[in-house]
Amino acid sequence: MDINMTLLGQTVTFIVFVWFCYKFIWPFLIEAMRERQKTIAEGLAAGEEAERSRESAREEVADRLKDAQAEAQRIVDQARSQAAQMVEQARQDARDEGDRLKEAANAEIEQEFNRARETLRGEVAALAVQGAQRILEADIDRDRHGELLNRLAAEL
Amino acid sequence: MAETSAEYIQHHLTNLTYGQCSDGAWQFAPCADGASMGFLSINVDSMGWSIGLGIVFCVIFRIAARRATAGVPGALQNAVEMLVEFIDDTCRSIFTHSNAVIAPMALTIFVWVFLMNLMDLVPVDWIPELAYALGVPYMKIVPTTDPNVTMGMALAVFALILFYSIRQKGAGGFLGELAFHPFPKVLAPVNFILESVTLLAKPLSLGLRLFGNLYAGEMIFILIALMYAGWAIGIFGGILQWAWAVFHVLIITLQAFIFAVLTVVYLAQAYDVEEEH
Repeated sequence: MDINMTLLGQTVTFIVFVWFCYKFIWPFLIEAMRERQKTIAEGLAAGEEAERSRESAREEVADRLKDAQAEAQRIVDQARSQAAQMVEQARQDARDEGDRLKEAANAEIEQEFNRARETLRGEVAALAVQGAQRILEADIDRDRHGELLNRLAAEL
Repeated sequence: MAETSAEYIQHHLTNLTYGQCSDGAWQFAPCADGASMGFLSINVDSMGWSIGLGIVFCVIFRIAARRATAGVPGALQNAVEMLVEFIDDTCRSIFTHSNAVIAPMALTIFVWVFLMNLMDLVPVDWIPELAYALGVPYMKIVPTTDPNVTMGMALAVFALILFYSIRQKGAGGFLGELAFHPFPKVLAPVNFILESVTLLAKPLSLGLRLFGNLYAGEMIFILIALMYAGWAIGIFGGILQWAWAVFHVLIITLQAFIFAVLTVVYLAQAYDVEEEH
């Protein structure tokens, strides 16, 4: 159990092994561990991020759905009002057309009436002249009494 | 081997030393006259086993380091990383300065010393008897039961303590730290003696603690091995050996850890600048 060269040999051996570990072992292991730690941390962060984006996507979907529903409602309302408007328009048109037809008919009736009246008037005038002729038994000079007769006819 | 108990124990505690005897011959094994071989001799078994176990450490950890990926680790990488992380955490909590050597050194110490201590659990007769059968007269397989080994490592640590102390504080600062504490500056010589003792006690306690624990443990294994003489006492001895081995698992791990942690603590002290008293 003497102290001998083994002491120094062991010192040198120790330094060599420490150097080897420092140079060829430790950095690689620590590096791998750090990297894995980073990877795991990033994975966790990504998971959290995904959760958050899923949440926001869900909100967006809800928003869009609400928008779409509102849009649909708007279109339905619009269509309904348009339909009502069209019905109203049609009704108006029909009414106008009816009025127009009625007016035209009235005008025609009036015209027919006037024409009939003119005819009648002429006939009455002729009858009146004929009657007067028969009454007077004399020829009425159409030239002399024409004006009178025409005035009579106009008064009828 | 027909021998007395004293011879048996002596045989187990003798290193395979290569050196020169008084008659001038270089040889393995102690000299015929029983004299020491002096400082210019070397314990071949201690060196061989410690270097061999150090290489085991280097190879296993190097394989793990080369295969290390940031992906899913294999069994080896897992085990190695567990150790690395444990040592790294320990170092971080003790050594707050920036030094890339400290943690790898602590890992080397912990694993290497653990492996050397682990040889203590190999039944005491197996390898020495095998070596004897192969013509090697002595074979002590637990390097940490050789004070040369433990003090050799402590010496390296001591050198690092001096190196970092002087590098961090300057030679003057370091001497000042030795001379101006704990008493006022007028008592510098007294301070210097006190602090020098404290300083020298660090490597001494570091090396001798490990040596003492392992030497005592080995001695008890040898004494238990002496009981394998008769049936009844032999069975009792077997139980004792098992129990002591189980207890020893704790001791060898603890001693390896203590050596590593104390090294880190001493080097942290070398970095720390003590505040003025």
